[in-house]
Amino acid sequence: MTYRVWGRAALAFGAAAMLGTASATAGGTLVIGMTAGDLPVTTGNPDQGFEGYRFVGYNLYDSLVLWDLSGAGDKAAEIRPGLATGWQIDEADNKRWIFTLRQGVKWHDGCPFTADDVIWNFGYTSDEKAPQFNPAQFGQARAYFGTYAGVEKIDDYRVAFTTKVPDALFPYMMSYVLMVSPCRAKEVKYDWTAYAAKPSGTGPYKFDKAVAHQRMEFVPNADYWDKARVPQHDRLVLVPMPEASTRTAALLSGLVNWIEAPSPDAIERLKSSGMKVVTRVYPHNWSYQLNFVKGPFTDKRVRQAANYALNREDIKDLLNGLMLEEYATVPPSTAYYGKPLLYKYDPDKARSLLKEAGCLPCKVTFAISTSGSGQMQPLPMNELVKSQMDAAGFEVKLDAMDWNALLQVGRGGVDASPDIHAINISRASQDPFNALIRHVWTGAWAPKGANWGHHGNPAMDKLIDGILGEFDSAKRLALLTRLHEMMNEEAALIFVAHDLNPRAMSPKVQGFVQAQSWFQDLTPVKVVP
Amino acid sequence: MGGYILRRMLYAIPIAFGVSVVCFSLVYLAPGDPLQTVLPPDATAETIEIVKRAYGFDKPLPVQFLIWLGRVLTGDFGMSIATKRPVFLEVTGALANTGTLALFAVPIAFSIGYAMGALAGSFPGRWIDRVVTGTAVFGVSLPNYWLGIVLVIVFAVEWMVLPATGMGPSGSDEFRILRWSDAKFLVLPVVTLSMIPIGILSRTTRAAVAEVRNQDFVQTLRAKGLSEWAVTRHVLKNSLPQVMAVMGLQFGYLLGGSILVETVFTWPGSGFLLSKAIINRDVPVLQGTILTLSMVFVATNLIVDLLQSLVDPRIRRG
Repeated sequence: MTYRVWGRAALAFGAAAMLGTASATAGGTLVIGMTAGDLPVTTGNPDQGFEGYRFVGYNLYDSLVLWDLSGAGDKAAEIRPGLATGWQIDEADNKRWIFTLRQGVKWHDGCPFTADDVIWNFGYTSDEKAPQFNPAQFGQARAYFGTYAGVEKIDDYRVAFTTKVPDALFPYMMSYVLMVSPCRAKEVKYDWTAYAAKPSGTGPYKFDKAVAHQRMEFVPNADYWDKARVPQHDRLVLVPMPEASTRTAALLSGLVNWIEAPSPDAIERLKSSGMKVVTRVYPHNWSYQLNFVKGPFTDKRVRQAANYALNREDIKDLLNGLMLEEYATVPPSTAYYGKPLLYKYDPDKARSLLKEAGCLPCKVTFAISTSGSGQMQPLPMNELVKSQMDAAGFEVKLDAMDWNALLQVGRGGVDASPDIHAINISRASQDPFNALIRHVWTGAWAPKGANWGHHGNPAMDKLIDGILGEFDSAKRLALLTRLHEMMNEEAALIFVAHDLNPRAMSPKVQGFVQAQSWFQDLTPVKVVP
Repeated sequence: MGGYILRRMLYAIPIAFGVSVVCFSLVYLAPGDPLQTVLPPDATAETIEIVKRAYGFDKPLPVQFLIWLGRVLTGDFGMSIATKRPVFLEVTGALANTGTLALFAVPIAFSIGYAMGALAGSFPGRWIDRVVTGTAVFGVSLPNYWLGIVLVIVFAVEWMVLPATGMGPSGSDEFRILRWSDAKFLVLPVVTLSMIPIGILSRTTRAAVAEVRNQDFVQTLRAKGLSEWAVTRHVLKNSLPQVMAVMGLQFGYLLGGSILVETVFTWPGSGFLLSKAIINRDVPVLQGTILTLSMVFVATNLIVDLLQSLVDPRIRRG
């Protein structure tokens, strides 16, 4: 065979390959490479963390309360009406929330959405005795039911929730509880495996098909109640790709046209190939929760020293700029950021604080993970944190474990791992409870809640009671701001990084505006040929 | 021969039991929680208890093991915690996908590895031997996930002639080997997967052939005036049992799926399934997959033993 023939063969081979690739993305198909190791479940509240909510949860389903994901303005996303058009506290009872439901909404199976469906859904996620009870959904949703006591129907389009204690933040929690169709559940006789293959919600997309573990395809719901959010593309395909290098290669080779979280060292390569890389700060918190029961961090000076010891700009360089230096629990664009005391890099001050506290060298053990949802680049980042803290007088021991094991340490609380002085589990700070309260409230001491290190402080508890009982949003905002500032005064965490939520996409993907949120609105996206 | 086969099959039962006990214990000895996938990161102790009860994880470990074993004996591998799909379907589906890779990787690796080894062993010390041995060492030493990534960068990203990842443009359900638009997804994972067995087999074959060539009977054959080709045939045949034992192990390895290769190429095979089950502590899937894969190994070893005894009657007599 001559060189010419070989050349032709190679050309034909290449053309065939490219044709195959092009046909997979023609006609406005948005193909997304997710970081998840598997397809999120489709039975309501998804697994795979907030990525599951982002791509499956809020696309197939709605909650009573949704998030404003328009990306407009310079503030973090806030809640807005969803399947409920409004909510208010009962004037006669501050433990009773009345939600008014949206009329004229239809499930994907054609049944109308009414108050009975809401009642049914709370049986699905929280009533062990209900025939529709689903233990997996109970597990997923329960974290948002901290103060939930019950729900009752007032009429076809109004329901009343009762809470165990006054809870002004209850509507935020309702944003995480997705509503599934009772009609479809009854049709499949409560067989959740069958339901998963034929899910029905009220969301902007309808389920089309899935190949287990490999891909899931949605099509637009042309009858979506919010006409402004009927998807602009013809098809949405979700592909799990846990390996960052695989995602990058898949985007560059045209197999997908959108990838989540490209690794920092791939950014330049992606940009030089004409890909768009979008970043925006969002409510993410890469920090260390501290042990307030035993060990050096029970001393405020040691906590402050740890915060002074960190040169966050160096950490940012390590990530090729893909983070925002974190000096407080929430990013500055959060409404309740206030004017917190900032611990800027000052290793001398850190050392003198340690000396004052009588802890030099100060030996501490951090439990960290090798990977995990929202953990960014946990190993190099922790190594750098260790070297910076060691230089300022600490002796940090990193106890690395896999993500599952670290979550178990986190859930067990400080009593189950008294010799660990800090845990590095990055947290979503999407709503005020999850952003602030759960870290410092005695009512959230693990294993009951997410206050791993049992931080407790009567003044803060009083402030939190005030927040939960304050139904005037302006007044509540002032209290939340004060709580946020107090967390810094206390050095309640070691603050390190806010992720910038990088995602890369083909130039053919147009119309996407990244919201300051863990969730994103894909509906305006168009994929041009 | 019939008695021999039956005896070997009976040996598989205690092995299977032993494997299931070990894998069950390992899963629970490792830190982590099997219900992680169905629980949010900050689930409370009360929530965990209720969910544990619903999934039967609240019972003592030996009881859980016996319940599981009883089900397995009736062919019920249980349901995946993460996907709620029957484990049997998960495992058989993944095995079939890995089998598709093995269908190509096995003949490629075995034929190239054997040919290279036989060639090197027939000319020990000569340049061809050095080239083959060098290539084999290179093949064995090359981390296959690295090779996979490099192949993807070259063929999928730079040249755009082969797809980077996945099993067909629409997933394994619609995958057809005879359709080029699907089959091209096989090329890079098959090449990556074949590299280590090629190295191992060529080194084993080379050693076996070189060893047999030094035996007295080869000298005798030559003394009798047999042609070099006829002598080589005898040498190759006599080196075969040793090579087949290694082929058997490599066959098991290829059929068991490579976690690294399947993860790099997002190939939905048994290695990928296993890695996800480990990360999620999806105990039913983990147990089902390990048990099935160990049975594949046991069966492969049995077949290899039988083939060896066919090729070399001395083994049967022994």
